[in-house]
Amino acid sequence: MQDFFDMGGYAGFVWPSYGVAAIVLGLVFASTWRLLKSSEQRLAQLQAARGRRPRRDRGASAGAEAPMAPAPGDISDAPAGTPAGAAGETR
Amino acid sequence: MHRFANPNRFLKLANAILPWAAGLTAILLAAGLYFSLIGSPDDYQQGATVRIMYVHVPSAWMALFCYTSMAVASAVALIWKHPLADLFAKASSPVGAAFTFISLATGALWGKPMWGTWWVWDARLTSMLILFFLYLGHMALMNAFDDPQRGFKAAAVLALVGVVNVPIIKFSVDWWNTLHQPASVIRMDGPSIDGSMLLPLLLMAFAFKAYYITVVLLRMRGEIAEAKVRAISMSQVQG
Repeated sequence: MQDFFDMGGYAGFVWPSYGVAAIVLGLVFASTWRLLKSSEQRLAQLQAARGRRPRRDRGASAGAEAPMAPAPGDISDAPAGTPAGAAGETR
Repeated sequence: MHRFANPNRFLKLANAILPWAAGLTAILLAAGLYFSLIGSPDDYQQGATVRIMYVHVPSAWMALFCYTSMAVASAVALIWKHPLADLFAKASSPVGAAFTFISLATGALWGKPMWGTWWVWDARLTSMLILFFLYLGHMALMNAFDDPQRGFKAAAVLALVGVVNVPIIKFSVDWWNTLHQPASVIRMDGPSIDGSMLLPLLLMAFAFKAYYITVVLLRMRGEIAEAKVRAISMSQVQG
């Protein structure tokens, strides 16, 4: 067991390599998750504020993964990023 | 291709893929770590430092893979105005930057005991550092404009110009004298590496690829929600 942690005397190089990778990939995943949750939450709030229930039957099925925010299925078939009003909403 | 320009159709597909990609990441990572750290022999010359390779090489591959796919997406976005291609490029560059950083950091940690130095300004290492800066520039440019469309366009041009660096990195070890060893897996005459080391290397490589797919799909889902938020708020402003 001690041999395993020793890495033949190179423990100071081998373990930090795995550590760096784990930390960086972990941070990227955490920031991705935060971005996803905050934007989906904002979308849900906006949709609720407009007094329309987000419909679950269209678009993304939220059931694919564990606990999900309401499905962002309400708006538009317009391509993402289409500016202003193109979302097929009442103007 | 334009079938998937519809974000809702894309979201459906992404949500179908996501659990598989995430599960595959976990399984491959567990198997990869086992064979990297326990189930593979020490190198007869490099001792246990060879285990750094199982992180270093797959992340370097991913650094190049992310950049290449980002450049392809940028071309698609510029030529066909495919909106999801822009989002894909935007989602890819932070992940690519992370992999580039890992390969640089683990390379330094491997270089110190084997070469006697953390860093040398030779072709492979320098071109990899340039790749890192290209990623950072791409991320900065994406967010530099109030109008996301302008950011997409500028970043896509940068990604396409920077793609010239990819073959330079790949062939730098053949074109110039360098401390860095030449390719031992992706070569014309087949891998020159022993099977007991190739297995963990490939497991880690596929684990990183599955991780990339998972994270990019999650990021794109976030970006699509973001774009919808923008569309709603703008339609509200306009009344």
